[in-house]
Amino acid sequence: MSGLRRIPWALVVVVAALFVPAAGSRFYTFVATDVAILALFAVSLNLLLGYTGLVSFGHAAYFGIGAYTTGILMKKAGIPFLLAFPAAGVLAGLFALVFGFFCVRLTKIYFAMLTLAFAQIVWAICFKWNDVTGGEQGMPEIPYPDLAWMERLPLAGQLRTSDHFYLLTVVLVAACLWVLRRIVGSPFGRILTTIRENPERAEFIGVNVRRFELIAFVIAGAFAGLAGGLFGIFNRGVFPDFVYWSKSSEVLIMTILGGIGYFYGPAVGALVLLVLNQQITSYTQYWPFILGTILIVLLFAFPSGIVGALDAAARRLARPHRA
Amino acid sequence: MPDLAFLFGQSLSGLTAAMFLFLVASGLSLIFGVLGVLNFAHGSFYMLGAYTAYQIVQWLGRDPASFWWAALGAAVSIAILGGLIERFLFRHLYGADVLYQLLFTYALVLILSDAAKVLWGTGQLSVSRPPGLTGAFKLWGTFVPYYNLFVLLLGPAIALLFWLLLTRTRSGRLIRAAALDREMLGALGVNVDRLYTGVFVVGSFLAGLGGALIAPVKAIVPGMDVEIIVEAFIVVVIGGLGSFWGTMLGALVYGQVLAFGILIFPRFSIFSVFALMAVVLILRPWGLLGRPLKS
Repeated sequence: MSGLRRIPWALVVVVAALFVPAAGSRFYTFVATDVAILALFAVSLNLLLGYTGLVSFGHAAYFGIGAYTTGILMKKAGIPFLLAFPAAGVLAGLFALVFGFFCVRLTKIYFAMLTLAFAQIVWAICFKWNDVTGGEQGMPEIPYPDLAWMERLPLAGQLRTSDHFYLLTVVLVAACLWVLRRIVGSPFGRILTTIRENPERAEFIGVNVRRFELIAFVIAGAFAGLAGGLFGIFNRGVFPDFVYWSKSSEVLIMTILGGIGYFYGPAVGALVLLVLNQQITSYTQYWPFILGTILIVLLFAFPSGIVGALDAAARRLARPHRA
Repeated sequence: MPDLAFLFGQSLSGLTAAMFLFLVASGLSLIFGVLGVLNFAHGSFYMLGAYTAYQIVQWLGRDPASFWWAALGAAVSIAILGGLIERFLFRHLYGADVLYQLLFTYALVLILSDAAKVLWGTGQLSVSRPPGLTGAFKLWGTFVPYYNLFVLLLGPAIALLFWLLLTRTRSGRLIRAAALDREMLGALGVNVDRLYTGVFVVGSFLAGLGGALIAPVKAIVPGMDVEIIVEAFIVVVIGGLGSFWGTMLGALVYGQVLAFGILIFPRFSIFSVFALMAVVLILRPWGLLGRPLKS
């Protein structure tokens, strides 16, 4: 077992992901891009959910703000991706700062509802502000970033533009996940865990709970914004649906499906849910029915998610050897 | 300055919307007040109430009184459905985190909406107004349909009945006690499990009744579940989760804000309602008439 643990799994997965376009299938690249972006979205949510113990029901707001930011900057202002992408994180982070300032003052269920209310406000604005966001119709035809330089890379020369964008996505998502991983493992991350376990006690030992919760909220919002920025380009358009509460619950489901107690749990959840979605929607239009059933089975049988269930199984297998 | 008759008409339409919302939101608020759970599936119960009423009208045929039987039948069926879900599924999640309870009710939303599509299709269905309430009369320059008048009177009647039930009867006292301290009530020998099922049944009954009563004035379509739950949600948040009169006040405020918000910012009327909800949550998270939660 210890030999398996020494392998840098994250690196292996990233390298393996870079070879997906080599399969030559447009479909595989499509699904893999979707998974990579939503994995980042779900992991950013888990910084709040799993690490700080805050239930946000409006995380899609920051995803959507990021998507609109990058989309508007690239399509209407012609600003290159190199600036438009970080701008998504910055703007989403700023909105998270403003909204979070009010949200962290509330507890539990009221926190969840205020995040939802703010997300719906953002949605209502995106839905109606035709001049800037395209309103109900959304904003189609977001251009791809200029990735012609990738053709000069070894092995990548023969690939399509969508494959190039996928490679860029994998690198950016991996970098973001690395940063998030560092944040979670830092003393700051430990304080977040302390707050989750016992906010009163954290307060007693001198932690300014609200301030730390707010910082966590801003970081989570900023990374959700970055994921949104990538998603708008991948989706070839930005639509008000990105901000709607069903999107927020979708990412919540991914996060819980994977397991909120594990850093990569939400990423696994995103992978499983999206692949299932692709498979099932080709057989039946009743995907929500299947999703609801999966969710109920999950809540009753595997509340710690897929990774949690696998972890428990692995521990059970390992136990007799140690004894 | 628009003329007074117009303002009166606008405010009356807001008031009618408020009474429908009150019916649905009061059930949501009751369930939250006692069980401490926000039931997203409440809107689905409302939608199923409308579909069930339609179905019963179809079965009963041309009988003039069929609508009243259909409304009652729909409310009772939804109450039974709610009771079964509470008894066999929901009960096992009371000890779990709030998040898991919310997601469970969200899973019900997904399942029930697809179930309704399978059973009744995706087209618009409608129910005609019951005989005797089909016309309209003119009041201060505004046409008021008799059916709307009926709803305007029914809302306060149900509110009053409910309030008497909560304050004057033994079950009402137990329900209020359960909202305050569930363990203590159990220790005093009250069957709290049965009480919870009862509250869920009553809440679902109100949702089903609201759905059945809206059927004659609004098309029955898939998606009405999500539409109403968002509205009911705002109403109970504004009024105060678990507060009975708060729900009434929330519904009235919501109806008026929506009716007049359309006049002031035609394009941002949805925005004004969500903004109102956010302001209330920031200033008084427990709502206008609610009480702060003990943490």
